[in-house]
Formats: sequence, C-alpha cells, structure tokens
Amino acid sequence: MPTKKIRVLIAKPGLDGHDRGAKISARALRDAGMEVIYTGLRQTPEMIATAAIQEDVDVIGLSILSGAHNTICPQLMALLKAKGMDDVTVLVGGIIPEADIPAMKKSGIAEIFLPGTSTQDIIEFINKRIAVGT
Amino acid sequence: MTEKSKTTIAPPEKSASPRQPSAQEKSWQANTLKPTLEKTPERRAEFTTISGHPIRRLYTEADLPNWSPEKDLGQPGEPPYTRGIHSTMHRGRLWTMRQFAGFGTAEDTNARFRYLLAQGQTGLSTAFDLPTLMGYDSDHPLSEGEVGKCGVAISSLADMEVLFDNIPLANVTTSMTINSPAAIIWAMYLAVAEQQGADWKKLSGTLQNDILKEYIAQKEYIYPPEPSMRLVIDTFEFGVKNTPKFNPISISGYHIREAGSTAIQELAFTLRDGLEYVEWGMRRGMDVDAFVPQLSFFFNAHNDFFEEIAKYRAARRIWHKAMVERYGSKNPRSWALRFHTQTAGCSLTAQQPYNNVVRTAIQALAAVLGGTQSLHTNSLDEAWALPTEFAATLALRTQQIIAHETGVANTVDPLGGSYFVETLTNEVERGAWDYIHKIDAMGGMVPAIERSYPQREIAEASYRYQMEVDRKEKIVVGVNDYVTKENQLEILQIDETVAHRQAARLKKLRADRSRAEVDRCLHALRTAARGTENLMPFIYGTVKAYATLGEICEAMRDVFGTYEEVAIT
Repeated sequence: MPTKKIRVLIAKPGLDGHDRGAKISARALRDAGMEVIYTGLRQTPEMIATAAIQEDVDVIGLSILSGAHNTICPQLMALLKAKGMDDVTVLVGGIIPEADIPAMKKSGIAEIFLPGTSTQDIIEFINKRIAVGT
Repeated sequence: MTEKSKTTIAPPEKSASPRQPSAQEKSWQANTLKPTLEKTPERRAEFTTISGHPIRRLYTEADLPNWSPEKDLGQPGEPPYTRGIHSTMHRGRLWTMRQFAGFGTAEDTNARFRYLLAQGQTGLSTAFDLPTLMGYDSDHPLSEGEVGKCGVAISSLADMEVLFDNIPLANVTTSMTINSPAAIIWAMYLAVAEQQGADWKKLSGTLQNDILKEYIAQKEYIYPPEPSMRLVIDTFEFGVKNTPKFNPISISGYHIREAGSTAIQELAFTLRDGLEYVEWGMRRGMDVDAFVPQLSFFFNAHNDFFEEIAKYRAARRIWHKAMVERYGSKNPRSWALRFHTQTAGCSLTAQQPYNNVVRTAIQALAAVLGGTQSLHTNSLDEAWALPTEFAATLALRTQQIIAHETGVANTVDPLGGSYFVETLTNEVERGAWDYIHKIDAMGGMVPAIERSYPQREIAEASYRYQMEVDRKEKIVVGVNDYVTKENQLEILQIDETVAHRQAARLKKLRADRSRAEVDRCLHALRTAARGTENLMPFIYGTVKAYATLGEICEAMRDVFGTYEEVAIT
C-alpha cells in the first residue's frame, strides 16, 4: 500500500539571505523521499503560515541565523495557533543560543537543530515524529 | 568592447602526454614505494582537498613539464605576480590587520572601534546590521528583531557621525561591508570626512559594493541587476574623480565560499565578477587604466592550507593575464590584484569552540603565505554570535603572533618553486579559466546569474560537501568525530533596547530636519534615477539633508523596482 509522502515547508524568515542551510536541508529531505516546498528568502511569519496552510504540510522547517528568532518564532507560533494549525511540527535550524532553547520548545517548537547537525538526524527526527502522529 | 578583446586566453597548458617520471623517481616507485604499499596501504584510496580536488602522493619535476620560472613565476612585484604584487611584500610592510566589527548602535560600535585601534589594529572594518544592508530604517516593520544584531544599525548621517566620532578618517583606513545601499553609506562616510575637515583625495579605505556576489551567494540585493550595476559604476566614476586612494569596490569571493563553493568556484566566479565590472566601466566610457587600479578583491581563507595558497597565487596570475590580453591595459597598477582575506566563518564549529582559534590561525597563515594585503581573523565564538571583546582580542593577537613571532613574513613567497604548490597553482588556475570561459559563452556574469548558473554550481558543491561530512568521509573535529559535550560559551547578546534607542533617535531626526529640503533632494534623486546621470552627487545631497537610508532606498525602489530570485534547491 503506498504511504502518503511527508510534506515539508522549508522557510527562510527575516532579512537574512544566508540560505546554504535551508537549501541543503530541503534537498536532503527530498532525497529522503519527502515532498519539500522551499519558500525562498525573506518570508514574514504571515507568509509562512499561509504557505503552510495552502501546501497542507506536516512539517515547517525554519532556518534562522541572524539572531531574530526570539521575534520571529513567537509570531509564527501564535499565527499557527490562531489558524488551527498547531498540529504542524515546527523545526528550527540555525544559530540559536542554548539559553533561548527552553522558551522556544515551550512555545511548541518541536526541535532546534544547531550548527553541525547531520542531515540524517533531521530526517530521522521527522520520520519518527510523523510516524508517531499518524 | 571589441570582438578581439573577447578572444579566449589560453590557460596554462595541460600536458597532452602522460606524466613522465624521471629514472630516479621510477626506481623509487619500484624499490621503495611498492614494498611499502604492499606492507602498509595508505590511509585512503584517494586523497582530495576540501574542495574535492585530487591530490597526488608526491609532486616532482615531472608534474611541471612545461613550467617556466621566468614565465609562470616571475619576480615579486612584476608580472605575472605569482609571487606577490610588491617586491618586498611583508618585509616592507606587514598586511593591514583589519578586524570586521559592528553591533548594536553607533555608540556601541564606536567604542569597539576605539578599543581595537588601541590594541594595535591598523585599519577599521564596519559590519552593518541586516536592516541597513537591506535598505530599511531601524524602525521599519521588517526590521523588527534584526536591529543591531548582525552589525551596527545605521539609518542616517546622524548615526554615521556617531560611528566615526573621534576617529580621524584622514588617518585610519576604513572598510565598509555594504552592498546594495553602498553608494548611500559611502556618501554618509564622505559627509563625515568633510565635517572632520579631511581631504577626500587622501581618504583611504574600501567599500564592498559588490552586488554580483549578492545575487550569486549572500542574497542581500534590493534592485534588479541592471540598475544595481549602474550604481556600482557610478561609484567608480565618482571615485576616480574625487577619491583616488579609496577602493570603491571589494570584489568578493568570501561569501561565495561561505555559501559552499569550492576553491576553484570561489576564484572563478569572483574574477569573472571582476571582469564584468571592468566591462561595464569601459562601456560607460572610462579608460580601463583610469579605474581598474582602484578595484580591490576579497577572498576566503578556508581550511585546506595549500589549496588556499594556490588560489591566491592563481588569482594574481589570472587577473594580470585578463587585464593585459583581454582589455589591453597598459598600466601595471591595473595588473596587480590586491586583496583582503577573511578566515572562513563557515569552518567555525559551535562545538568545542576553542578549536576555532587553531583553525583560524592556520587559515590566517595560508592568507599570509599567499600574499594578502589585509586580513580579518574570526573569533572563536562566531558560530554562536558576534564576538565578545575577549574573543575579538584573541583573534587580533593571532595575527600579531603570525606577523612577529613565526618568521613567515621575513621572506617573499616562501613556497614559490615547491613542486606541489606550483602544480596546484596551475591546476586551480586552469579550473578557474574553464569556468570563466563558460560564463563568457553565456554572455557574461549578469546573464549567467539570471539563469542561476553560479548559484546552482555552488548549491551542488555545498550539498556534496555536506554529504561527505554526514558520511564521515570528511572529518570535522568536534562535530562528526572526537565529539565531547561542552558547556555553552559566554556570548555577546544584543537586546531589543538597541531597536528602541534607534527608534527614538530616528523620531528626533525626523522632527529636527527640514522636511522640505529632504523632499526636494529625494525628488531630485528620483528624477536623476529615471535618466542616465551619475547618481552619486544626488545621493550625497539626500544624505546631507539627513534623509534616512530607508527613504533614499525607497526613492530608488520607486524607479528601479526590486529583485526576486528564482529559488533553487
């Protein structure tokens, strides 16, 4: 029986253009058999939430390196909640000081992947998480 | 440009015949090497650089069959500049130690600048925050959360006055890492210099102003390529007339490499960008030798020691050849490629951050041995945040130790004549020319960017490298091997009070200035932007009227539109 492919939105919020991590993650997840949509650069939380609904994704992966995560993440999490999308798994990858991580997880972000993370770790995390959920 | 100037320039010849080892080398292979390999095989079947370039076991004269010391190496300060652009290199003058700094408000960064100068730093280099880089004022909605985080927030001449307060611009060479709004930030710098009574003709420093690599790699663009290139050429023209000692551009491979390119791609795309600027300048009607001497370059110093040294040596050789053979340059000052180097930010690890001091020292050594003119060494904590004062000081000390304790600066091009380094220099040069010719065939760098060619090549290389790291084919100490758990470093935190202070200052500025004068200047700029005049004098006018960076960029957005890339993954 064919299983439904996991759908992932990779988004790059904020003004930063350093997209190496976002692009590598998008490609690695696609190579692992997932359906990946990459938003491109400079997406506001509104644009990301809208794209997540339209694309009916299981996972949102945000790539943030600029230090703006404490502004962007709460806005996105509030929007997802307001739109009834709190079942979507939200992941953040990038440069996040460890001190900020507990509050981010408390807000509903499933996992934060720091520099040096192997793409395999992200793939395994998503596969496990979505399998448990379904 | 004439058809003739587009003729293909022959890269160093690749020997058609197979490598021909000497009788002695053959005998070594049979009698010494073979028994060793039978007993103890090598660590791996293939050795490559970090870029994936194959490396042989041993290099001998057999690897340099057509190599001529006169033609390919030459003398330092003479074509083809393989050995360096000055006859005495670092014996005459050490490289400029130029640490990139900027965070928070202009006051915060001014204090860091003065601290670094007091520690023996010899030039300034300014990092701007993302709103400034993208042409938004600190109080714009899109700036929320980003003010003062990745650099200093500069929204108007008033901020620039504070940034350079008590720093004599006539004496301190100043570099500014700004691209799309480069002309505006430069105008602010020139206005502060004028206030200080400095003679523009004596000002020395560098504007990054390299928009092509933004489309290729760093993605901090505002306008489409055509008007962006016009702005760049406007700064060239203005600089030739008004600031003969200032570099209006720093053609940058650094960000291309950070985006994941190979060393050869970094070299090729950067130099092809350089050729693009030269061609646009000539098309504007400038003589090649009038403006090319003011163009400068900026390369990355990554981990693979010899590959990096070969890259710098090949860069000088390619630039000389291109200037003479492609554009008929007659001025040796146009032939000599001058460059700044920064150690590789992307090589820093968040894990075991003190290891980064070691990486940075080795990378900096490669830059020095490759003949750099100035150098930034990264701080150990930069995989986490902007550096603390402690970390920034240690990074500067790393350069001072290389300069004064290791002895590597006591002779010119100490690696010249090494079979390996000369072979690798040839191979890197050949690889770069192959790319340059491909981009020529696409009609130049702007069309190549529009079809995502360099972007795609870099994405491929960066993915390939990540897979090698994930499979442990390439070892990153502390990340995929030799892993230990460590405590978080103490890092620099920029809080939101920076944004509040900036918003208050902008509010006051908008109240204090003459709105009518601002509107008049912005209107004049818009009108000029619709025509073909050089925009620098108009931009200078808006800056002096205390129009904000956001207002000036918006005026040009109205005329030029904005650029959206085709996102590739």
